[in-house]
Amino acid sequence: MRTNKREIKNAFLSAFPHTLPVLTGFSVLGIAYGVLMQTKGYGAGWSVLFSAAAFCGSMQFAAITLLTTVFNPIQAFIMSILVNARHIFYGISMLDKYKGLGKIKYFLIYTLCDETFSITCSVEPPDGISRKYFCFFISLLDYIYWVAGTFIGGVLGEIITFNTKGLDFVLTALFVVLFAEQIKQKENRWPAFIGIAGTVVSLLIFGRDNMVIPAMIIIMIVLAGSRRKLCR
Amino acid sequence: MPLTGIQTLIIILAVTAGTVITRFLPFILFPETNRPHRFITYLGKTLPAAMMGLLVVYCLKDISPAAAPYGIPEFVAIAVILILHKWKGNTLLSIGSGTVVYMFLVQKVF
Repeated sequence: MRTNKREIKNAFLSAFPHTLPVLTGFSVLGIAYGVLMQTKGYGAGWSVLFSAAAFCGSMQFAAITLLTTVFNPIQAFIMSILVNARHIFYGISMLDKYKGLGKIKYFLIYTLCDETFSITCSVEPPDGISRKYFCFFISLLDYIYWVAGTFIGGVLGEIITFNTKGLDFVLTALFVVLFAEQIKQKENRWPAFIGIAGTVVSLLIFGRDNMVIPAMIIIMIVLAGSRRKLCR
Repeated sequence: MPLTGIQTLIIILAVTAGTVITRFLPFILFPETNRPHRFITYLGKTLPAAMMGLLVVYCLKDISPAAAPYGIPEFVAIAVILILHKWKGNTLLSIGSGTVVYMFLVQKVF
């Protein structure tokens, strides 16, 4: 029992530093979300409920429109699938990493967001640290940051006046660094290039509001086409 | 609150259901007990790097190259991140410095 406790504690200690950029980013964005919901008449209770249940940052911002126009749950459902379609590719990436982790796996899948995905797929737990608990704490901490940020924003509202303009760039910075970590390995360079190039092409053709799904399709087609080249 | 409590709850449930489906779908289609098709294994190995590329571009999608500040703050901050990361290899230092540079540029310079 004691070794298990120590195992959990060590996993927490090695996971926590990796989540600090997410703590920063989610505090800013979570608070912004709570404040925005507040201005539309939805108090902290509603925004926290939404964050805890759906846990999908960008879709939650998009859903504010759904909460302020004519009631249309079907549209909300379809929009949620389309905006969150990228999760499908995260899941495929995690099939192997989340294998054999027992019941915790359901929680890991439920909370698999952009930030948790990028950390978990780019960072290996140090030697002697349990992968199961390492992944668990990355997921749990990111989840708590978002829900807590939403709560703070919903309660404090516009009292916060600290000039945070540009602070949400911390998440872009996180993705850039983890991207740099990925391309340290030679075999990741071609997929990384496809990811950048495919998404830029999609952005130019389909525009910033409809770029993600076409980008995913382009990426999958090019990856499929270059399979032989990569497997050699 | 333009919607009623029940309507709000239903919207939250609908969005949650959509999100949960996108997250669980791969794990339902390719359960642990079956060995997934070789193509899926291949995708699992190559998608992480590709999706990181997608996320980086996605974060920069709102830059307008034709209008001030022409994406200069983003470009400079990312250059700082990459150089610092190559030099020191410290994740938090790279992210923190890049963010501070970006905040300084958008608040004080542009």
